[in-house]
Amino acid sequence: MRRGHKGLGTQGIRMHNNALLRVDGLSKELGGQHILKDVSLELGKGDLKVLIGPSGGGKSTLLQCINLLIFPDSGSIILGGREISFRRKKDVLAFRQQIGMIFQDFNLFDHLTALGNVQIALRKVKKLSTSEARKRAERELERVGLLSMAHLYPAELSGGQKQRVSIARALAMDPLLLLLDEPTSALDPELIGEVLAVIRDLGRQNITMLMATHQMGFARTLAKEILFMEQGRIVEQGIPSELLEAQRLSGRSRTLDFCSKISEIYGEDLA
Amino acid sequence: MLDSLLAIKEALPYILEGSAVTVGIVIGAMSLGLAIGVPMAVAQVYGNRMLRFLAGIYVWFFRGVPVLVLLFLFYFGLFNLMGLNMSAFSASVLVLGLRGVAYQSQIFRGAIQSLPQGQLKAARAIGMSDAKAITSIVLPQAMRLSIPGWSNEYSIVLKDSAIAFVLGTSEIMSRTHFVASRTYEQLALYITAGVIFFILTWVGIRLLQALEKRVSIPGYSPHA
Repeated sequence: MRRGHKGLGTQGIRMHNNALLRVDGLSKELGGQHILKDVSLELGKGDLKVLIGPSGGGKSTLLQCINLLIFPDSGSIILGGREISFRRKKDVLAFRQQIGMIFQDFNLFDHLTALGNVQIALRKVKKLSTSEARKRAERELERVGLLSMAHLYPAELSGGQKQRVSIARALAMDPLLLLLDEPTSALDPELIGEVLAVIRDLGRQNITMLMATHQMGFARTLAKEILFMEQGRIVEQGIPSELLEAQRLSGRSRTLDFCSKISEIYGEDLA
Repeated sequence: MLDSLLAIKEALPYILEGSAVTVGIVIGAMSLGLAIGVPMAVAQVYGNRMLRFLAGIYVWFFRGVPVLVLLFLFYFGLFNLMGLNMSAFSASVLVLGLRGVAYQSQIFRGAIQSLPQGQLKAARAIGMSDAKAITSIVLPQAMRLSIPGWSNEYSIVLKDSAIAFVLGTSEIMSRTHFVASRTYEQLALYITAGVIFFILTWVGIRLLQALEKRVSIPGYSPHA
């Protein structure tokens, strides 16, 4: 843990050499705006870290830069000890396979059933046989509790079910880590629970995750670390309880203020 | 009146034979338009600058010149110049087909661009190359959305095929004209030709509607 560095941004943090994912000095400019400014972070195997912060702070861009859906202007990404070259198409494709991405609005393939959605990359990217792909896809759907809905199309599923299918789709590729971009933000309140339950299970199964969210209760109880992002930088970070407690005592309270505000909006009790 | 009916009865087998030629022209032209129109639409949406520019020029040319001018330009002009000894039928298929490429590509382009951006993004996120994402995620959806526009295109190409008459292709129109100018039963015979076109249009559109229904995605109807 990085006690003593809380609130100091990313500078001065010593990186572990055995980190699963190490992001170093990532920057991105879009349309003259600095969306990401020298962002660094790392995830150990099995870590669940949570990105919080105001909209437009760069969370989504950061996540998309990490699996190269958006190419960063500078900085490096090291996954499993290997630095990724951004410009070689083959490397990029292989790299993306190793990182699962969960989107806020699910992005299920509308013309495929739940099973088809989970199966297609197994068939087209991993080149599994039809029966192998099917078996694997069914196992993943079972894991998110949706095997009985395998034959339904996205338009026939609820938002929560769609998001669970998209989690199954990502997991089917055996990713080294999962990026979740506000996975519950597009859901009705009563559907958030089922998706969070699945994510909680994944945490128990030691799946490495980096998740942007506004679910403060979830972040506080399950995250190994909270990263507070604002204006393209990680401005504060730390173990949830320590970070919030320290801020309660000291004057620096950017994260605490934000959390209180968000919790109020969502009707959660932070105390 | 009776004379007219007799004339129709007499001419009908001959004219109907022409409808096989008409159908041949339409199927040929529509197929050519489909086979090249889809890649051209993909080039216009995902291609680099050069590809987009070339596709744009192509579409601009074929949409900007009347079909009659195109037929003459290719049949009497270009094909002759190139020393191609092409039948009137083949030339009609080719010209209507090349023009169809331009129109059809715009149908497909519109459909591709109407898909949510997240579809391509999600495909990339699971490691698909863009080519794979386009063929297995984007096009299967875009093609479904294209069917109404495509059926419109069919009805236009079907009726424009009558103009192949000017090259001497023996389709419905030229056969009707041939009989009419000999029997002087113009009104009755041209009505007959019109009815045949009407039926062919109706049948084709019905078939495409059936296809649209068959491939529709369960539950997926933004305007239900």
